[in-house]
Amino acid sequence: MKLITAIVRPEKLDDVRQALEDADVQGLTVSEANGYGRQRGHTEFYRGAEYTSDMLPKVRVEILADDDEVDRLVDAVLASARTGKVGDGKVWTIPVEEAVRVRTGERGEAAIF
Amino acid sequence: MHYFLMTVRMDTAAQTLDPGATAWMLAASALVLLMTPGLAFFYGGLVRMKSVLNMMMMSFGAMGVVAVVWALWGYGMAFGPDSLGGWVGDPFANFGLHGLTASIGDNAPGLPDMVFIGFQATFAIITVALISGAVAERVRFGPWLLFCALWVTLVYSPIAHWVWGGGIFGATGIIGSKIAALDFAGGTVVHMNAGMAGLMLAVILGKRLGFMKDPNIRPHNLPFVMLGAGLLWFGWFGFNAGSELAADATASLAWVNTLVATSAALLGWLLVERIRDGHATSLGAASGAVAGLVAVTPACGFVDPVGAILIGAIAGAVCALAVSLKFRLGLDDSLDVVAVHFVGGLWGTLSLGFFAVPSSKTAGGLFYGGGLAQFWPQILTALIVTVWTALMTTLIGFAIHKTVGMRVSENNEASGIDVTEHAETAYELITTGGTFRPDGQPRPEPVEDSVTVSGAHAAPRKVPST
Repeated sequence: MKLITAIVRPEKLDDVRQALEDADVQGLTVSEANGYGRQRGHTEFYRGAEYTSDMLPKVRVEILADDDEVDRLVDAVLASARTGKVGDGKVWTIPVEEAVRVRTGERGEAAIF
Repeated sequence: MHYFLMTVRMDTAAQTLDPGATAWMLAASALVLLMTPGLAFFYGGLVRMKSVLNMMMMSFGAMGVVAVVWALWGYGMAFGPDSLGGWVGDPFANFGLHGLTASIGDNAPGLPDMVFIGFQATFAIITVALISGAVAERVRFGPWLLFCALWVTLVYSPIAHWVWGGGIFGATGIIGSKIAALDFAGGTVVHMNAGMAGLMLAVILGKRLGFMKDPNIRPHNLPFVMLGAGLLWFGWFGFNAGSELAADATASLAWVNTLVATSAALLGWLLVERIRDGHATSLGAASGAVAGLVAVTPACGFVDPVGAILIGAIAGAVCALAVSLKFRLGLDDSLDVVAVHFVGGLWGTLSLGFFAVPSSKTAGGLFYGGGLAQFWPQILTALIVTVWTALMTTLIGFAIHKTVGMRVSENNEASGIDVTEHAETAYELITTGGTFRPDGQPRPEPVEDSVTVSGAHAAPRKVPST
């Protein structure tokens, strides 16, 4: 079992969610995130004073997946989140020891599908 | 008109009530009072998340203190019978508004005195509240309330007496009898006065931690700022058109000028931003509108709409340029009270030298055939008001700061003045848990390492240290 974490553009969240749904993903977790990579921050003006912010708003999408589903789902995220410009985000996966559905106590694969 | 007020009390028995004027002035007074909560939103949106409640409380605190002072002795000092040769009204002649509750026409024909007293109370309130923007995010609440009481007594009331209450600038005053300045609704009394007081207080209290370094010192809620600017504009129709103290053609002219000057100023500020910074901002629109309202305040009953448009457009552009001065001076006039209210008020006061339409009160401005005649009284009034408020505000500010102390501690300023002064937070972004203790149950022991919350009964509260 793996945890897929994708940092994507906020405006791409809907496309990513749709692509994952089309790939039969049953659930996911989304949170707002701030950070920077190669794309740096933006400049704002308040009464003529210039403020440059390092951090940019992004969305973090997290999905638990079976090992043999991971490549397919990562590809779905890549295809739906890509614009080709700097700032499209990152996707990474890490191994997960255990997952438990709170309501039933089901463990492992049964907990995530 | 304000500056026209008679020092001689008229025979009230002979006065008949003017229902139209009275109805309008009752409504106008409520409009002006709404400006102060509007200002609370305008200022509240401009500060950081951790200071918004304190910022709004500085306006609400002024509403609390000033109205009570006004009813007890402030009105008497501003509009009571002359004492000290016209430098101040007599606070004791009608202390607590005694003797004025049913009288009619002492201040304006056909108006119950109570209408005029209420209307003027709302002016005193907003003038004091305006100062708070210069010293945002760092003033202890109790000393601020003390400042409100002293300032309205020793600065606002005397100046209102000179300009509107028949004092030294009045028709029979030592200065006004020789040269007559024009100030329709308070360019000197309200805006230059508050702007200069803000400047002095900002100098006395010093700058905020991180001023000109910390990029997080910036507006936290621009929709609040837009809401506040809208409420200010709405209320300002009562402020300017109401200053005619009648429901007539001049009040209507002031209304239209308050519309068009403000619109032109909004555009003027945006134009400067577009050229200088590349973008027209929402904060620029809100700030430009307020700058236009300030500048047209002294002029709105004395100029025509084209004059008002020019006054507004210039005000918007000039104030947009003036806001950068504080960074060059290293002076933390936090919300640009000086650049908007002092500079805007000064321009509006001087603008009458250019744009005043000839009437029984003036030979007219330079562009209306009056030559330079109207400039001198405008400059003189502006100068005397500025010197008095600078001097007296410095005295009051130092007196409070050196005795009870006006600034919060560095720790409390860094943690956020909302939690340390008021034991509240405006926004809860993450639910942090904790305990709930209904009123009447014993308080827990203070927690070590917690930031001190002021007030004898304040519950200790853990806040993140920064």
